[in-house]
Amino acid sequence: MEKTVNQKAWFLVLPVFLIVAFSAVLPLMTVVNYSVQDTFGNNQFFWNGVGWFKELLDPHTDLGERFLASIGRNLLFSAIILAIEVPLGIVVALSMPRHGWQVAACLVILALPLLIPFNVVGTIWQIFGRPDIGLLGYVLNRIGFNYNYVSNDLDAWFTVIVMDVWHWTSLVALLCYAGLKSIPDAYYQAAQIDGASRWAVFKAIQLPKMNRVLLIAVLLRFMDSFMIYTEPFVVTGGGPGNSTTFVSIELVKIALGQFDLGKAAALSLVYNIIILIVCWVFYTVMTNAGAERPTQKEGVA
Amino acid sequence: MARIDLVDLAHSYSGNDAPPESFALKPVTMTWRQGGAYALLGPSGCGKTTLLNLISGIVTPSRGKILFDGTDITQASTQKRNIAQVFQFPVIYDTMTVGENLAFPLKNRGVPPAEIAVRVKQIADLLDLTPYLNRKATRLTADAKQKISLGRGLVRSDVAAVLFDEPLTVIDPELKWQLRSKLKALHRELDLTMIYVTHDQTEALTFADTVVVMHDGRVVQSGTPAELFDKPAHTFVGYFIGSPGMNIVPAVVGAREARIDGHTIALKRTYSGLPAGAKIEIGVRPEFVDIAAPLPGLLSARLERIDDLGRIRFARVRVGDAKFAARVPPGFSPQGDVAGLVFDPAHVHVYADSLLVEGAA
Repeated sequence: MEKTVNQKAWFLVLPVFLIVAFSAVLPLMTVVNYSVQDTFGNNQFFWNGVGWFKELLDPHTDLGERFLASIGRNLLFSAIILAIEVPLGIVVALSMPRHGWQVAACLVILALPLLIPFNVVGTIWQIFGRPDIGLLGYVLNRIGFNYNYVSNDLDAWFTVIVMDVWHWTSLVALLCYAGLKSIPDAYYQAAQIDGASRWAVFKAIQLPKMNRVLLIAVLLRFMDSFMIYTEPFVVTGGGPGNSTTFVSIELVKIALGQFDLGKAAALSLVYNIIILIVCWVFYTVMTNAGAERPTQKEGVA
Repeated sequence: MARIDLVDLAHSYSGNDAPPESFALKPVTMTWRQGGAYALLGPSGCGKTTLLNLISGIVTPSRGKILFDGTDITQASTQKRNIAQVFQFPVIYDTMTVGENLAFPLKNRGVPPAEIAVRVKQIADLLDLTPYLNRKATRLTADAKQKISLGRGLVRSDVAAVLFDEPLTVIDPELKWQLRSKLKALHRELDLTMIYVTHDQTEALTFADTVVVMHDGRVVQSGTPAELFDKPAHTFVGYFIGSPGMNIVPAVVGAREARIDGHTIALKRTYSGLPAGAKIEIGVRPEFVDIAAPLPGLLSARLERIDDLGRIRFARVRVGDAKFAARVPPGFSPQGDVAGLVFDPAHVHVYADSLLVEGAA
């Protein structure tokens, strides 16, 4: 059949072009524009080439040092919360009930932290951890720990990590629970008949069947923790010193605090590229996860 | 390997206090000898899977006892019972190779590795899985996966019994034949007690020495395929086994004769003292009723159609309101739509309230 040419179709696509242009493309181009220029105010700009990028990636300059240090902190933070939240989420999902009204109760309770706005979560923990009026801070100090997240680096990290675990473990648990629920009963019965121990059931059935949702959980939690801003900003403001200043906090400081538009633009572009690369890696891993690969391993049998 | 005794075994999913009629399995007492091949046959929802799960210990019975070699194991866990079971859909462990899958039940029971290797090799040979032993089990076809499941069921030589829960459902018809005969051969070779649940009569009759027919939670007959065919103990067995099923029609039965639709058929045996008020029916397999030209002295029937099954033809006819199937003798072509029916008296059975009545000689 011959396709009829109808130029009116453009009117249906045009709004999307406009919206994307105004909301994403133009701002991005502005950022690119800023990243290659310098300004002394008065709306006067000077060409700076890749100067900001050079400075950003050179640890001997002030900008580079701050950027790389905050990247390091961010990666450490992501690694720690993944190492805690993923196993913990699996354990929570495994110990959840399978039938009856308890299921609904558990799901609601688990979903609660996910529904709280980020700055409220920050405020809750900011007050909860205060040594003078916060329950956590007060109790810790009374039983002999000299806990103060405003003055001690380790205490600040501890608070930020516990807060993230409290806020987001539910997400991992819910995803894992969904994965567990999709395993047919026959698998458990077969394992019972094959005489498998609890650990063998977990290793041979539950973990492999959860593998997909776990990848999604790891991806989501990595992305979220890598761009974390609100909660640590509310609790510690990036301090004490710079100890909990993550990349996004650093970026806001440079862009809005110092109003160094060129440096901030360069930083945000690099930040963006890192996130794109990580996305691509995860996407590739996930889409290839189920594919058959030739195994070199010798069979046990 | 064990003899299995079921003593007054019954089960209800809604607890012991449920009304007896609602039990998924109504009380049954029977003995299965060691090394036998048994089939549980019945339509969906007749309680055969419940019975199987009771034996394997996945379900604990509401009433009654299960004995393995005389030992009461009613409350024992599945692991302790030493049972193997193959499920309707293939269950394989995704991360393991085919060989590791087969070795899994042995490994869990602490069998020495050398022994595991020998046993896995033997089972893989029997099931033609040897070329796949080192491959991951995930990417195999459904029937290869089901073979792995079968293999895991058969790999332990010391099991009390191997239970099959409609294991060939997912298999293509052609492979079904192969696997079925393979199972039969394995049964001879391995000398295991096997219990096979199915709703497919061909599967049950070809696999088992003894077929246990179940209907509505009850065991209605247990016997060899020939017994089920020649002498169904319950109208359900007659109807369910055989294709087409047995003709069962209401009749008035006298001493040595039955009257259907005003016509008298001779019987081989004497039936006297039939329970009063019971629903009396006669049953005769289509194979033992021949269709003939309408002659006086023959029960006359209205011909509806003829099914040509290739080797044999069956006529579908109506006698009064009752539907009937009858054999069309080779070379016979019916004239018009009226025909006579010729009965083989030796194969006409009498049923009172659906149960077979044994006549006196």
